[in-house]
Amino acid sequence: MKVGIVGVGITPFRSATPEFSWKELMYDGAQRAYADAGIDPRTDVGSFITCAEDYYEGFGIFDEFTPDQLGAVLRPMHTVGGDGIQGLANAYMQIQSGLADVVVVESHSKASDILTFEGIVAHGLDPIWNKPLGGHPNYLAGLEMDAFLRGSGNTAKDCALIASANRRAALLNSVAAYGARVTPEQAAASPGLWAPLRSLDASVLADGCVVLVVAGEKAARRMAARPVWVQGIGWASDSPSPETRDWVRPAYARIAAAMAYRLAKVRVPANAFDLAEVDDKFSYKELQHLEAIGLARKGQSGKMARRGDLGAGGKLPTNVSGGSLGCGNVLDASGLHRIAEAALQLRGDAGKHQVDGAERAVVQSWRGLPAATGAVAVLGVGP
Amino acid sequence: MTARIPRFPGVELGPKDLESGVVTTVRYRPEAKFAWSAGEAMTRFLAELEQGRLIARECKGCDRILFPPRMFCEECYRPTDAWVYVRDTGTIETYSISYLDTDARRITEPILVGVVSIDGASPKMGMMHYFGEMSKDDIRIGMRVQAKWRAARDRTGSVLDIEYFRPMRGG
Repeated sequence: MKVGIVGVGITPFRSATPEFSWKELMYDGAQRAYADAGIDPRTDVGSFITCAEDYYEGFGIFDEFTPDQLGAVLRPMHTVGGDGIQGLANAYMQIQSGLADVVVVESHSKASDILTFEGIVAHGLDPIWNKPLGGHPNYLAGLEMDAFLRGSGNTAKDCALIASANRRAALLNSVAAYGARVTPEQAAASPGLWAPLRSLDASVLADGCVVLVVAGEKAARRMAARPVWVQGIGWASDSPSPETRDWVRPAYARIAAAMAYRLAKVRVPANAFDLAEVDDKFSYKELQHLEAIGLARKGQSGKMARRGDLGAGGKLPTNVSGGSLGCGNVLDASGLHRIAEAALQLRGDAGKHQVDGAERAVVQSWRGLPAATGAVAVLGVGP
Repeated sequence: MTARIPRFPGVELGPKDLESGVVTTVRYRPEAKFAWSAGEAMTRFLAELEQGRLIARECKGCDRILFPPRMFCEECYRPTDAWVYVRDTGTIETYSISYLDTDARRITEPILVGVVSIDGASPKMGMMHYFGEMSKDDIRIGMRVQAKWRAARDRTGSVLDIEYFRPMRGG
């Protein structure tokens, strides 16, 4: 049975949303998705899934606090402690198994409620092996960027191109929080943080909520929005120990892609897609992920950026939404946001940043530091 | 130990063993601080508490008075319609007599805790709080109670602006 995305709701991302509680933010995102799908959540939905991490929310057992604002009171409901695409995978399985016809997937960031974000990231490190070292946990990104550039042959200049391109692209996306006319030279000259990583190589936290309505084929065809089919989906984790991970071609991305491509019958990924949304929480991550999921050969992703292949009119438009660098890092909602952007593109509803004639897209996510977990989905429109 | 097994085999460990290093542990205090935006509904609710008032939202879809207030009705899944004050009086719906304090130490003066159905709010829209000016022998389900507010200058916009609920005079 085919599984389709039939409703998309995105709240505008902002650096802070003091006017909303996290419940009210979720309600805002959910209302938009239900209006898009043309459904009533109180009667038309079989199961609800949220993707959240207690340490980001700031209180325990977040699962218990989700039903009211999603219209899920006294309905099947659970939380995935992971990235939004992992939530979509759960929805896919529930529909394929016949448990539900229509499933809602939600993820959000209320990062502005977190006063000590670095402390939360540091708390994700191994308590005996890495934590006692102390220091700012983002040095992991510096280490990884250095290893990736050396191992692949891409350069810090290529990363500056991404830092610039995604912020500029975001100026056309009304959802984005951090669109800016940044030049590659400006990015390359921004203050060094954890060499070779510079401040404009890093995304900035944002608040926002993304909600998808997902349905089996029969139910999908009754919905208001044109279905975007989930043709393949996969997820994986690399080692929890940073020292053990593959920093040139991250295993979580490679394995998740292989899983999704097998399901979607994608044999030559480099030629299979009209559009890509890949994680860019740091600029080098976009290049690293493009190579890891087979969209660029080793060391060639920087060249693709230089040739303009990744732009809106290029060979493989990548992160034309602005990505995390341009839209903001919305934590575990980042993957779901990429799915939402790709779905709107395939429907032809992406507005000013619409890519002409896109029919098949690949979307890839990473949970962010210090995780080595990610997911991949292949989306398509058509019969 | 149970009646049938007077002594389990093995080595018993107590807090002293952990402190003295017999068991190897690693200590760490995370930097985990948060400040939650109260949002539209609860911001007004907390501001009203500071004034010594309880406020709710009305949903005209299901004709309920939602307390504490929320901007959307979770049953009808629509925006709620209006602000309405409810009273600071109510009825004890359920209670417990706690003989342990928050550190699980045994106490002689028990803590009385429970849920009060607030006058003017819909059923199942009560408030959990403490009871005072009554003994464990006085407290009963159905007892009429009223909020004992802190002095205006001591209120901070918190549910603790109510010190406790006390028996209603003549109730």
